[in-house]
Amino acid sequence: MKFMKLFRRLKGIGWGVHPADHKRPAADAPVRAMPVSARLYLPLQQHLGGPARPVVLVGQKVRKGELLAEAQGAVSAPVHAPTSGVVVAVTEVAAPHPSGLTLPAIILEADGLDEWTELRGCDAPFALSAAEIGRRVAAAGVVGLGGAAFPSAVKLVGAARARVAALVINGGECEPYLSCDDRLMRDSAPAIVDGIRLMLRATGAGRALVGIEDNKPEAIAAMRAAVAGIGAVRIHAVPARYPMGSEKQLIQVLTGIEVPADGRPADIGVIVHNVGTALAVRAAVREGKPLISRLLTVNGRCANRPGNIEVRIGTLAEEVIAFAGGLKGDGLGLARRVIGGPMMGVQIPHWRVPVVKGTSGILALDATEVDGIAGRETAPCIRCGSCVKACPMGLLPLEMSARIRNGAFAEAIPFGLKDCIACGCCAYVCPSHIPLVQYFAHAKGELAGQERDRLRAEATKKMARQRQERVEREAREKAEAAARRKAGRAAAAGKQGEPACFNPRPD
Amino acid sequence: MKNKPLHPGAAVEIRSAPHVKAPRSVEQIMRNVVYSLLPICGFFVFQYGISAAFSIVAITASCLATERFFVKTGTQSGSLSDFSATITGILLALTLPPGFPLWMGAVAGFIAIALGKALFGGIGFNVFNPALVGRAFVQAAFPVAIATYTPSFLPGRFGEFIPSSLAWPLMVPADTVAWLHAKQLDALSGATPLAKWKFDGILASAGELLSSMSGHMAVGPSPVLIILCGVYLALRRFMDWRIPLAIVGSAGLTAWILFAIDPHSYPNPFFMLFSGGLILGAVYMATDMATSPVTPGGMWVYGALIGLLTVLIRYYSGLPEGVMYAILLGNAATPLIERITQPTPFGKSGLLSPKRRATYPLHPEYISREEANAVTPKKKSFKPGKKS
Repeated sequence: MKFMKLFRRLKGIGWGVHPADHKRPAADAPVRAMPVSARLYLPLQQHLGGPARPVVLVGQKVRKGELLAEAQGAVSAPVHAPTSGVVVAVTEVAAPHPSGLTLPAIILEADGLDEWTELRGCDAPFALSAAEIGRRVAAAGVVGLGGAAFPSAVKLVGAARARVAALVINGGECEPYLSCDDRLMRDSAPAIVDGIRLMLRATGAGRALVGIEDNKPEAIAAMRAAVAGIGAVRIHAVPARYPMGSEKQLIQVLTGIEVPADGRPADIGVIVHNVGTALAVRAAVREGKPLISRLLTVNGRCANRPGNIEVRIGTLAEEVIAFAGGLKGDGLGLARRVIGGPMMGVQIPHWRVPVVKGTSGILALDATEVDGIAGRETAPCIRCGSCVKACPMGLLPLEMSARIRNGAFAEAIPFGLKDCIACGCCAYVCPSHIPLVQYFAHAKGELAGQERDRLRAEATKKMARQRQERVEREAREKAEAAARRKAGRAAAAGKQGEPACFNPRPD
Repeated sequence: MKNKPLHPGAAVEIRSAPHVKAPRSVEQIMRNVVYSLLPICGFFVFQYGISAAFSIVAITASCLATERFFVKTGTQSGSLSDFSATITGILLALTLPPGFPLWMGAVAGFIAIALGKALFGGIGFNVFNPALVGRAFVQAAFPVAIATYTPSFLPGRFGEFIPSSLAWPLMVPADTVAWLHAKQLDALSGATPLAKWKFDGILASAGELLSSMSGHMAVGPSPVLIILCGVYLALRRFMDWRIPLAIVGSAGLTAWILFAIDPHSYPNPFFMLFSGGLILGAVYMATDMATSPVTPGGMWVYGALIGLLTVLIRYYSGLPEGVMYAILLGNAATPLIERITQPTPFGKSGLLSPKRRATYPLHPEYISREEANAVTPKKKSFKPGKKS
């Protein structure tokens, strides 16, 4: 057994990639808090699930922390005012999305006072029931701050119902360039541990495993110091390997259990939360503060002063960059604007998009970083197998892309198209520069569309069949009713002793 | 779009993630393989003199010209600058006798690229190793010339061609045996160690085989040198170490078993491994990316198959050398090997070991996945280590 463990350690993880992480110097610079902008743009959908419904009117004065839009549906999260001011419009703003399409949003004009609304905190949060903690987290609009932005309360309550055994806290931050979680763990380790203990209380899980990549020794030391004496929370240094921060991979490394391919972590008694989320949960429960700001990383070779910045939700990326120190040469060498990390983040066409709850980074990348090597022309696949070795899901990206290129989307499924997590490892290592992730995203979209069409056709067919049946039934009923009436008349005529017709025995 | 300033309002090219790339390209991989081949070529020329040098140059030039023709006419993907045709040419030259007529070498180079590569659509699409396709063709077309080896370290090898090298196209090459006789050398020393063992029952010693430094014996490039170059490639991750290791292991094991059964009729496994082209084939030919499996499990199966076939062909067929056909057969089996060794996707390996099995801690209120009609598809394929 020991031999096997040693062997596994020598063998390494066996999946993933390790890009140059570019986390320093941004990670070592102290956090800067950005002052409130004059106008904040708050999309109603900053999370997975249903969009929030506005509960304020244009012209209404709101205070910091006041509810602007309430959760709508089972999976949703409310939006709060990040500062005090006046609602100037409920309209559409550009979404932080490559399409540049708009999203419904509330525009808030700050009054500069930044005064809090009344907060309902709690001094003894561990006396609260699990359900009450869940309610407070939901009311504070806390979502997963790692990037997926899934409403945290839904996860916590669901975990309590599924009786999870362990809570996995994701401090991996495997994306290159980003260092906001690293910074949070270095600066507020005790608060994060407090938040983790509240999550344990809310889920009923017995222990929490915190996985931190071993390229963040300061964060590991700070977290270890903060958990001293707390038996339920354990800090584990995990190998720095992208995508360690992916839920299923982190669980596998920390617990040795693979989440079933078509299952969720709760199926094996585990849920995963981000360290930033733990901090937000603590603020929500202890102080009653809603999620109105977040820490994000401004980085990239074009950024003048890379670093981590505390930003109010709704601030435009443009203003964040200006506050961070602007772009080198006024953005002349800028090759790509990215929201999120460089491996899974989205490219945006312009900087005039707001920071939302899930924004973990704003990257200004120059041509040398984007290209890696000169030129990006796609060459034919030489079947080198790099993508197979890099894939953390054990798929065959080259086989899938070959089929997708031919338009045979369904044929890619046996090679694992539906298990693909779009982490980008395959496209990162590909020496032929094949945009594999793009192929997979395209194929998934096409398959989803085909599935939708099939369902629609089935629904139409079903409706047509039902109509046919209804028409037949009505005709039959009409005929039966007519026959009954006829029989009734005949019976009545028979009673009166008059022959109704030539038939002596009408039926 | 590169290096052009992008201002708001200017056209922006939107790309999907990832936004960073590993600094590696096909051209870089192939270039490094060529670099690693240079010491081997140098040694080959040192052994056989200008005939070997001209053979390498002529065959490589023929490969490049053919590649250029097919790329220009648009019937083949890829570009000339990717060095893949250079590798094909050099490898082909290293597998042919140094005194192989140059025009036959040019034919081999043309066949290698035209039939081995362009026919399938160019780089990455070929089913068989192009260099071996070329060699197989000339083995069938010119059986005498390809079996005529000259001893290495001949005096005056840098000033004089082996006469057969300069044969006119379609003419009978000069008689090498007569030439050797004139030089007062035994014609037998012009046979490869494998041929000597096969037809005369003479075994070469280990030192001679490993270094290829002993004079007057027809041997290919030094196995030690090839292994060193292979280690360089494997360490820099330009080659997968599994395939050579599997071939050497499998060939060695097969030869050892046969040797243990009957030490009189079979040579020792050491001789098997380091004579002939086994090491060159294992390190450079079988590892050709396009024609070998991409799955880690498949690489072991593929290597084991080639090693086994090599020994079997050498022992039980009329040919002294079996590496070429073994690798070509391995290439043909690659799609099949890949299919049966497809890696298990994450989360579908519940059967592999109890430790990795997913468990479902259920309690009365929880709807099980089975009750919810969730199905985990079962993979019908061979799994290494699976107990049935």
